[in-house]
Amino acid sequence: MSEARDQILSSIRKSLKRGALDEPHAQALRERLAAPRRNLIPERAARRDHAAQVDLFVAMAEEVQTTVTQVATAAEVPGAVAEYLSRHNLPSRLVMTPDPQLDSIPWEQRSMLEIRRGRAEGGDAVGVTACFAGVAETGTLMLISGPESPTRNNFLPDTHIVVMRGDQVVATYEDGWTRLRQQRRQADGSWEMPRTVNFITGPSRTGDIEQRIELGAHGPRRLHIILIGDGKAAADHGGPPA
Amino acid sequence: MQPTSHAFKENAHQALGNANLQKALGLMRAGFPAKRLATIARLPEFEALREEGKAIKDHVLENLDFYLETFERNVVARGGKVHWCRTPQEAREAVLGICRALDAKTVTKGKSMIAEEIALNDYLEANAITPVETDLGEYIIQIRKEYPSHIIAPAIHLVKEQVAESFRETHKELDPGRVLTEAPTLVAEARTVLREKFLAADIGITGANFCIAETGSSIIVTNEGNGDLTQTLTKAHIVLASLEKIVPTLEDVSTILRLLARSATGQEFSTYTTVSTGPRRAEDTDGPAEYHVVFLDNGRSAMLGTEFQDMLRCIRCGACMNHCPVYATVGGHAYGWVYPGPMGAVLTPTLVGVAEAGHLPNASTFCGRCESVCPMKIPLPRMMRHWREREFERKLSPANYRAGLAAWAFLARRPALYHWAVSIATRVLGVAGRRRGRFRSLPLAGGWTAGRDMPAPEGQSFQSLWAERRRSGKAA
Repeated sequence: MSEARDQILSSIRKSLKRGALDEPHAQALRERLAAPRRNLIPERAARRDHAAQVDLFVAMAEEVQTTVTQVATAAEVPGAVAEYLSRHNLPSRLVMTPDPQLDSIPWEQRSMLEIRRGRAEGGDAVGVTACFAGVAETGTLMLISGPESPTRNNFLPDTHIVVMRGDQVVATYEDGWTRLRQQRRQADGSWEMPRTVNFITGPSRTGDIEQRIELGAHGPRRLHIILIGDGKAAADHGGPPA
Repeated sequence: MQPTSHAFKENAHQALGNANLQKALGLMRAGFPAKRLATIARLPEFEALREEGKAIKDHVLENLDFYLETFERNVVARGGKVHWCRTPQEAREAVLGICRALDAKTVTKGKSMIAEEIALNDYLEANAITPVETDLGEYIIQIRKEYPSHIIAPAIHLVKEQVAESFRETHKELDPGRVLTEAPTLVAEARTVLREKFLAADIGITGANFCIAETGSSIIVTNEGNGDLTQTLTKAHIVLASLEKIVPTLEDVSTILRLLARSATGQEFSTYTTVSTGPRRAEDTDGPAEYHVVFLDNGRSAMLGTEFQDMLRCIRCGACMNHCPVYATVGGHAYGWVYPGPMGAVLTPTLVGVAEAGHLPNASTFCGRCESVCPMKIPLPRMMRHWREREFERKLSPANYRAGLAAWAFLARRPALYHWAVSIATRVLGVAGRRRGRFRSLPLAGGWTAGRDMPAPEGQSFQSLWAERRRSGKAA
């Protein structure tokens, strides 16, 4: 295939009426890649303070049929999970990612919850995961793959419950990338992308039959976020944009 | 697939008489444009983002060789492989080679227009590999043995009764007495049937909305989650992409992603935006063990530097067809190949030749809506005009059309003769049509009068009226 590769590259250069890029030009492009520059950032989320960003995150998520329960402390999470499952008449057996972010939650307080830590399989009806970040501008969850967070757990169970902290909410996608680069920076200055980064905005849906939106096409029918705050009551910081 | 773009007129005639299609197109006209408008109204920066998105893609196209090589280097650094393919045949062979090496029997597929372009399913089937489309729309048309009529809503030409009929014929193992009258039941049935396929498949094939040079990642944007199950549960993930999908950085793609869903379905953001980088890591407990990117050129590198270069900015959102009065009247299949609507009218002649697809750039009223809604500001009408010029230069248009244009050009270049001829024609037609005030048929204008009457001219031509007013000093 290297013949095809060479031919395609030379066809591109011929069409652009030049040879391979000269060194100063190529160096400028390498620098553009090494220090990614942000383009225009919409004001919607970026101009708010963090508490207002959290509110926007919740409002935008709810617009796309994500449901959100806000709790004050990690200790309240098992109760919130149990309450959600019983409200929707769902089984109390669930698969949970072996994510250390979920370790500090006192799951044993709710002995009714039957929890298996590990990878989701075809028959799992309810899954609990953590996430990497929440993006306020569109109510989007950002999840990354790794040994503690297999990607399939985000898709196989019918009901996906995400446990996150308020300080994981960022304003924009760019803020999510910045945080990811910082967290995964290697000693040599490079950084390592995870195999998969999932941006998830609401439960799975399709409009393929007569353009009517139906939830639960292939991924989860229900997406529920349990958002751990800082113990303070939520204030009114204004809703989503009109 | 064999293009039928040469038969656009016949295809369009049939489409106009197809009641199901007309009903389905009515739903589209009411849906996508209004949703798009409501969503972009909430984002004051939308117009400025369009300019930035356009600038990013223009920058990529000017440096495409550099970014492709960088992308490849980063894919390889993370354990993936890039396959360079000049033609659809090379791309099909590359996919088959990967399947054979892993002894694959079934592959699941996420939606990919490149797979349609290279007619991958037929080829895999001919080589004893079963492809299963998993996007609901693609699945519906696969079992109906059709091809997509819209680039983001492949089954938009169908009504739910047709889907129910196809499900009954295909899912023979299910209770024949089941009720399939509503969309939720149909969606649930497809979910159950396809879940088995996901778990059983050997290889997953997806398209790519974007390829990121900085990281060697491919990105898919979906609402169903099918593309994710496709690439996560299988031994290998094959990405089909055309060369121009490259975007430099994650920041750049974030900008373009703000345009994509809003322009396409009118969503703030699609449900799933998935960034895939290489195969699963050594310590991961799931994900594909192999990652392959199959790059297809198929004439695109030759579009650079021509009047069609701007077309390579296209991000396949479908806004142009959602807003096209011709598409909304005849549907996507009339265009006779993989890419319909205004973007198809420009792209199809490039990919299958203007001799086959010359009708498509003519199937436009030049109303300009496509260009005005295109997030990448692609001058679609101007490019259709380029194709019309090429068609004319290569003498591919019909003889009477060419003779008519030649006669018109002869007159238009001679103002005195033109005015004389127009005043004669106006008078003759005015007198001949005096009684009815219109003509039911006219020689040389049969195509026009077949569907409507031609009004008889009243009095003088515009130009002579104008000249008269100028003389009498009434005009400003």
